[in-house]
Amino acid sequence: MSRPAPASAPPAAETVGVSLRYGRALALDGVSLRVPRGAMGAVVGPNGAGKSTLLKVLLGLDDGHEGDAYLLGRPALQARHLVGYVPQRSTVDWDFPATALDVVTMGLYRQLGPFRRAGRAARERARAALAEVGMEAFEDRQIGQLSGGQQQRVFLARALVQEAELYLLDEPFAGVDAASEAALVEVLRRLNAQGATVVAVHHDLTTLASYFDWIALLNVRLFAQGPLAATLTPEALQAAYGGRLPLLATLAPEEVRRAV
Amino acid sequence: MPSEPLRQLLLDPTVVTVALGALLLGATAGALGTFAVLRRQSLLGDTMSHAALPGVVLGYLLAQGRSLPAMLAGALVTGLAAALLAQLLARRRGVKHEAALGTWLGTGFALGVVLLSLVQRQPGAGSAGLEQFLFGQAAATLRSDLLLIGAIALLSLGLVALLFHRFELVTFDPRFARAGGVAVRVYETLLTLLLAVAIVVGLQLVGVVLMSALVVAPAVAARQLAGSLGAMLWLSAAVGAFSALVGALASAAVPGLSTGPTVVLVATACAALALAFGRRRGVRLEGA
Repeated sequence: MSRPAPASAPPAAETVGVSLRYGRALALDGVSLRVPRGAMGAVVGPNGAGKSTLLKVLLGLDDGHEGDAYLLGRPALQARHLVGYVPQRSTVDWDFPATALDVVTMGLYRQLGPFRRAGRAARERARAALAEVGMEAFEDRQIGQLSGGQQQRVFLARALVQEAELYLLDEPFAGVDAASEAALVEVLRRLNAQGATVVAVHHDLTTLASYFDWIALLNVRLFAQGPLAATLTPEALQAAYGGRLPLLATLAPEEVRRAV
Repeated sequence: MPSEPLRQLLLDPTVVTVALGALLLGATAGALGTFAVLRRQSLLGDTMSHAALPGVVLGYLLAQGRSLPAMLAGALVTGLAAALLAQLLARRRGVKHEAALGTWLGTGFALGVVLLSLVQRQPGAGSAGLEQFLFGQAAATLRSDLLLIGAIALLSLGLVALLFHRFELVTFDPRFARAGGVAVRVYETLLTLLLAVAIVVGLQLVGVVLMSALVVAPAVAARQLAGSLGAMLWLSAAVGAFSALVGALASAAVPGLSTGPTVVLVATACAALALAFGRRRGVRLEGA
């Protein structure tokens, strides 16, 4: 559970009236997100709700939007390098000549500057991050030969080497085996316990209440945000999913009860 | 013991020039091809090489004679123009990028062939050996060309060595790089420029029609063996240099044999061997 942040502390991640269009379709409509410091947060919503797009806006990866984005109290573009970012696994070609350790080391390249090579110290830090996600035995394995869950753990380790205050994860559990999912959740909880803010795009409502303590319900517009117990109501879910969730009636109350 | 004719061939100063040029070109094309293959830009390479032909002819016209720097500069300009136009067509008009590239590949090459036949009707032009830029002629390499080729090779490979980690990051995961505040567009543009340079520099040896194969085939071979990007670069450079050398020497020894096809057949044979026997050897060159 998150510790309450001082009332004066700026949110870990914030958007103010963000709207974004893909062609004529509205992907985000006036979204004002405020993720408090120390949250173990999830952005939840149906497919095509703009969850990943919202992360892109926060990281300056979109091709233009209305509204403002802030990270750690600073304009997002000035602070994005302080964020541990875990993109969707499917956005890269895993048939790239590199080992698990190589990929994790890449998390330190920006800090090293354009000309310096990663030395022994960088490799040691990368090794430690691999150990944190339980992948130390695979450091010399070619990334193409890892399972989906192992690849995702490598991606998390690459973000961990940055020792960030804020971690943004895009569908970290998509296509991941149960063992890897458990390992990933454990690492995220540890980070959160150490004071880091975690924000994950998530769409599995069955695990929502057990993994997270803060949620934002998004479907182009932001329907609700806040502490999970108060926010994950059947009414809010129904509104955000707009009837696209037949299991809602049976699922949600139980989930809410478990969370409270 | 090399036989007497072979010894004579190897000591011939013209052959030495040709061999050195081929080594440099092959290594450069091979190394830079690594990024082209990993970034899925093989077709872009093919488009730039075909569209380089009108530039070669224009360079020849502007310099009023065979001037390698002028012809290569022309090739670079029209090759890059085709790449840029394809990108515009894709972005502004919604044409699929592949289709746009294919269109400019054909258009550029057709324009080049038309220009070439017009120029060759003028007296004296035939001796400039412009048509050698179609399929390549290693024997056309002059001693003075070596300096230019060497400088281009040194510059482009030096840049890769200098910015190696940035190029690796941007090639593997541009989104992560951009989120980290890395100027991804700058590095991607540099890589595309380097691909254009790799192609242009080899035109005289291999020719516009087949040049992209010398960029792609060594990298395909190297990918089968390499376990790191550094190893892939070195292996690809080695395969490129070997193919270019063998092809150049063979075409120097056999009268009338075009260099390009010979080079490309050697390179694709290397790739075929690597694909058959080298499945993911994971070769790494630590400290390289």
